[in-house]
This record gives sequence, structure tokens and C-alpha cells, in this order.
Amino acid sequence: MHESRSYRVVRAAGLSFLFLFTVLPLYVMLSTSLKPLADVQDDFHWLPSTITLRPFVDIWSTVPLARYFANSVIVAGCASALSVTIAVFAAYAISRYTFRGREIFRMAVLSTQMFPGILFLLPLFLIYVNIGQATGIKLNGNLSGLIITYLTFSLPFSIWMLVGYFNSIPRELDEAALVDGASPVRALLSIIVPAAKPGIVAVGIYSFMTSWSESLFASVLTDEHSKTLAVGLAEYSTQNAVYWNQIMAASLVVSLPVVLGFLLMQRYLVQGLTAGAVK
Amino acid sequence: MATPVSSPARPGGAPSAPAAPPARRGGGRWSSRAGALPYLLLAPALLFELLVHVIPMLTGVAISFLKLNQFYLRHWLDAPFAGLGNYSLSLDFHSEIGVDLLRSVAITIAYSVVVVSFSWLFGIFGATLLQRSMRGRAALRTIFLIPYALPVFTSVIVWKFMLNQDNGLVNHVLAQTGLGSGKHFWLLGDSAFFSMALVGVWRLWPFALLTLMAGMQSIPTDLYEAAEVDGANRWQQFRKLTVPMLRPVNQVLVLVLFLWTFNDFNVPYTLFAGSTPASADLISVHIKQSSFITWNFGLGSAMSVLLLLFLLVVTVGYLAVTSRRTRDA
Repeated sequence: MHESRSYRVVRAAGLSFLFLFTVLPLYVMLSTSLKPLADVQDDFHWLPSTITLRPFVDIWSTVPLARYFANSVIVAGCASALSVTIAVFAAYAISRYTFRGREIFRMAVLSTQMFPGILFLLPLFLIYVNIGQATGIKLNGNLSGLIITYLTFSLPFSIWMLVGYFNSIPRELDEAALVDGASPVRALLSIIVPAAKPGIVAVGIYSFMTSWSESLFASVLTDEHSKTLAVGLAEYSTQNAVYWNQIMAASLVVSLPVVLGFLLMQRYLVQGLTAGAVK
Repeated sequence: MATPVSSPARPGGAPSAPAAPPARRGGGRWSSRAGALPYLLLAPALLFELLVHVIPMLTGVAISFLKLNQFYLRHWLDAPFAGLGNYSLSLDFHSEIGVDLLRSVAITIAYSVVVVSFSWLFGIFGATLLQRSMRGRAALRTIFLIPYALPVFTSVIVWKFMLNQDNGLVNHVLAQTGLGSGKHFWLLGDSAFFSMALVGVWRLWPFALLTLMAGMQSIPTDLYEAAEVDGANRWQQFRKLTVPMLRPVNQVLVLVLFLWTFNDFNVPYTLFAGSTPASADLISVHIKQSSFITWNFGLGSAMSVLLLLFLLVVTVGYLAVTSRRTRDA
């Protein structure tokens, strides 16, 4: 198709602007993490005076980063594993059965997305405290309450996306298994789940990212020992405001796993993320 | 681009569901079990949704009618009934509490308008420029996606460093180019609002880009070819073809962006680390502060319920207006 010279100029300028806007903070994160402390104590420098990996060593001793990291891995790992498992079963029911209340359930699950988190933060905190008093199962101040909370955050999106995947798998496949005498759950696990693997992995990564990033509930439901990265790093940057090189190194380290996961599963996630708007 | 999987947007199992039951009414395994099975499969999801969303929300509404402060925290069911007291306190615009709440709502609306507008503008701009295949298109799209994939708190921390007064990049560049003194406090006073909005746009515009690119892919290319044959230039194609075709996409996209920004907590929480300047006092931060600093959960819950009502009215009104316009168009 014909492309005029002026359009090419506009396109190059526009994309350059968006590129710089996007990349500048990423460059600052990377370059600062390789700087010696002296470089970040006065005026900003574009380049490190000498490249050092020291910040990547120091971050683990300046704050209990390893503990925050472990907490985040446990919380995000458990929450996403549970969320995906629960979503697989729910999505199977919605995709393969007609039953009373099906549409209501779908709408209800989706509409929880619009509710402000702050609305159920206070009561949830009180409910967890009360459950702890009544049963001895402690849900605030440790990781279990956070896991339960986070798994529901990604549940609506996970169900929504998996229903789409399951619908695209021909019914004949699992019906054949049923005719052969398999139970519906067995048909789900041996036919549907393998066929929808990319979708399930993508949903799992999205769920992991959601939990990894959340700070509102984490700031209330955790204590000194159960702090996750989202809360721990925020304090890191206030208490040690001068160690910008370490803060950037820590940010880089905690970002890499989720960014890589997202980019690897990009194709599947993009489809699910935009599906709500694009028919 | 052909996609291997059909769109998940299709409502539920609409295409497949109605086909099954009549044929199997004879007593196959499937239909005999179908009675309870779907509910069993849904039970875990239902249970957790109830525990974390539904029950707390109803409890929140109940608490908003209680005089619940730190004295009753451990046995909050004993807290005295406050009637509409918490609501009248929240909405008393002659008192400090009411005025602060109103100001927080105004700030949040301003934040949402700025962030949603710029995110959408950058998104539609980027999506239009990337609409036709060119060298490096896939690579650019991947790079543009990174801010969205980054954990919110790390992207906010990087911006916090860049906006830092004495050793940040922003002041450095302003001083070097002579555009500013290089001594400005970007995270204090009224500047804090703009800094927060800048970070919000950086984080969110990739989502707009993503959605709009997907939307544009579903516009048949022969429409553009026909428009070109008719002599329409690029701007006319954009105005007369792209924008109207994207209307349903935009309707949902703008709403989702709005709800996310309006309820945003992560950006101000990390950017200001507890001491949020008055100009950046978003509603989520405001309610959390006024509940957990003073331990007045009754008041905080009343404010949360008012927030929910506000969002419901805005959402329903928005959908009514935009749907009618779409029909008329």
C-alpha cells in the first residue's frame, strides 16, 4: 500500500516518542543498578563511572530481601496454582453444561472486578481476625489469608479466559471419552486440560503477576515476618533512600521473573486480556 | 492475523451449550450426572468468591451503620448502632471530614480523567502507527508492553528515583536543557498530582495499545483499500473508518481504564510511601488512611459504600449513554 513520505516522518517521530517514553525508566533501572554508590549520591549521571555488580550482592543484606522474596514466591505460587485449579473446574462447568444460575454466576464473577478493593479490605480484615479468634486458624499477619485473598482476585479473569479456550475445543473429543465410560472429571483432566495447556499456563502467569504486584491488601494483612515484596520494597526505598543503586538492582531482580513470564506467554495473554473489549 | 483459538468473548458456551441436553435425555451418564455436577465443579470458586468478595461486602455495608472504632475491634458485633450517622458525617460538607472526602473525590476524578485520556491517546496513536505491517513492528509492540508487565511497585520506584529532587533524571535534564531550575520537588505539593498521573499513564497506556491493536485487526483491510481507491487520505480513513469501527472496543476500554484508575492504590502508595501529599490524596488512599489511622471502621465503610454507589451510577449512566449513541450511529 502507498505510504507517503510525510506519513513516514510522522510515524517515525511518533514511534520514537513512545519508544523513548517507554524505555527511559527501563534504562534508568538497568544503568543505575550497575553503578557504585558514589554515582547515585549527587547529580544524576547517564552512565556508570565504573560498572559494578556490587549492588546485586548488597541488596540481600541491606534489607531481608530474601525473606520478602520467599514470601512473595509462596503467596503468588500458591495463589496462582489454587486459582488456576479452581478456575479449570468452574470453566468446565460453564463451558460444557447448561444449568440454572449459569448466567448469573458469570455476571456476578465478572462484576466483582469493578468493586473497589478498599470496600472489602476493612471487613475482610475484621472477618479474618474473627475467624482467628473463633477457630484458632490465623488468617491475618501470615501468608494464608493473603493466598486466599489473592486467588480470588485473578479467579474471574481466569474463568473468563478458560471458558473461551474450552469452548474452542470440540465437544466431540470429551463426549467420546464419556461414551467410552470415563467420568466427566476424568474427561476434563485427560482430554480438555492437555488441549488447553497454553491457555492454562497463560492464566497461571497472569494470576502470578496479579499476586506479585498487589500492595493494598498486603499492607494490611501482613506483619514483619510475612511481608511480601510489594510492601517490603516500598519500605526499602524510604529507609535507605540513598542506596538508589541497590533499590534499582532489587527492582530489576523482582521484575525479571514476571516480565519474562508475561512476554513468553504474550500471545495467549494478549488474546485473553483484550477479549473483554474486542468481540 | 489468524488466531488458533476462538474468541473467549463469546458469551459462555452459547454456541455449544444448547446442543447437548436434548440428544442425551435418554439416560446417558452425562445427563444423569449433570444435575449436581456443574454445581460441584463451581463450588470451590463460589466458596472463595463468597468468602472474599460477597460476605465482606455485605459485612462492609453492615459495618457502615455501626459506631465501630478501636474499642470494639475485637468484638465488633457489639459495636453500637449508628444509624446513618457515619453517612451524614461523611457527607457533612461543613465539617472537615466531609470537605476532605469531597476533595479526595475531586482529585480522583481529575486523576482518572488525565490518566484515561492520555493512556487512550497514546494507545490509539501507537496502534494506528503500528496498524500496517512494517519492519520491527512485533519488537516494538513487545517493548511497549513491558511497563504493563512490570510489577506496579517496581515501575513506581523507578519513577520515584527519576523524579527525585537532588539526584533524579527529570531535574537533571531540565537543568541541562535550561527548561527548569533543576531544583524542583516533583513529589511534593501540587506537582505530586502530575507526577502521579505521569506514572499512571506510563503504566496503563500499553493496555490501551494492546486492546486497540486487537480491535484494529478485526477491521477488514479491504475497507481501507476501498477508502484509498475513493481517494481518502490517512486522516480521513482514521476519522471515517477506524474511529467508528472501534466504537464498541472503546466503550469497554474506556470504562475498564476508568474503573482501574479510579480505584488505584498502588501508584500513590509506593510513590509517596505513607505520606501522601494533599494533591495526590486518591480516594482509596483517603479511605484507608481515615480507617486505619484512626481505627474508625464504621466511617471508612460508609465512605466505601458511597464510593461503590458512585461507581455504580457512573458505570450504568456511562453504559446507557454510550450504548444509545452506538445504536443511533
